[in-house]
Amino acid sequence: MIKRHPEPLLWVLFSAGGMLSGMLMPALILMFGIAYPLGWVTPPRYEQMAGLMANPIVRLALFGLIALSLFHWAHRFRHTLYDGLQIKHLNEVVAVVSYGAAVVGSGLAAYLLWQVG
Amino acid sequence: MQAMHHGDLYTAYHPRWLRQPKNTYWWLEKPSYFAFILRELTCLPVAWFAVYLLLLTQAVIDSPAAYAQFMAWSASPWMILVNVVSFALLVFHAITFFVAAPQALIVHLGRTRVPGSLILIGHYAAWAAASVVVIWLLGRA
Repeated sequence: MIKRHPEPLLWVLFSAGGMLSGMLMPALILMFGIAYPLGWVTPPRYEQMAGLMANPIVRLALFGLIALSLFHWAHRFRHTLYDGLQIKHLNEVVAVVSYGAAVVGSGLAAYLLWQVG
Repeated sequence: MQAMHHGDLYTAYHPRWLRQPKNTYWWLEKPSYFAFILRELTCLPVAWFAVYLLLLTQAVIDSPAAYAQFMAWSASPWMILVNVVSFALLVFHAITFFVAAPQALIVHLGRTRVPGSLILIGHYAAWAAASVVVIWLLGRA
């Protein structure tokens, strides 16, 4: 019987998350983390923000961004602890905690973005 | 040949590989090693900003007051510091990820292979377009 390894699937999720977060996050954090707090740009009012997040395409994009970014983090974090800090004896624990957090976070994202509409 | 049957000539255990133990701080030895670890550590702001977006969504669900509180929290000095550092690391993440893309993405047009430089330019163009769309959407909201 062929043993199936989860590594290719995890790499695809890592790769998709890296691509999506690279494309979208710099602009988003520039606005929310810097431009709005420092008063360079007036932040959207509540009704405007709620209206934007009621859009199904925006919600779908946010779900993909959040979920895939979390899987990107989980994969890279696990390998960095393994190669960088050489924490090899805890490999299984680190894997369960990282991917587990990504699964929980994705579920939470689906739940919240379902409600926001 | 007879000696082969004697248990004292070999051990049942797998021999240990000869591997020099590496210092835990090996990545401080060279700038290129440090850049590698810095690139790997960009996964932390990626996760942080995913959590930030979840908190924003929760605030929008809750109430206008929760949204105002979230925006005020974002404007606290510590949060600005965290997000400025995160922004720099996220830009580094985007650049290093797109630079690696031509090695993972082999595209053929007919019989000719699309050069890696063109694939890289395509990623940068898509990044610029995506950023414009994000800022335009937020500005229009």
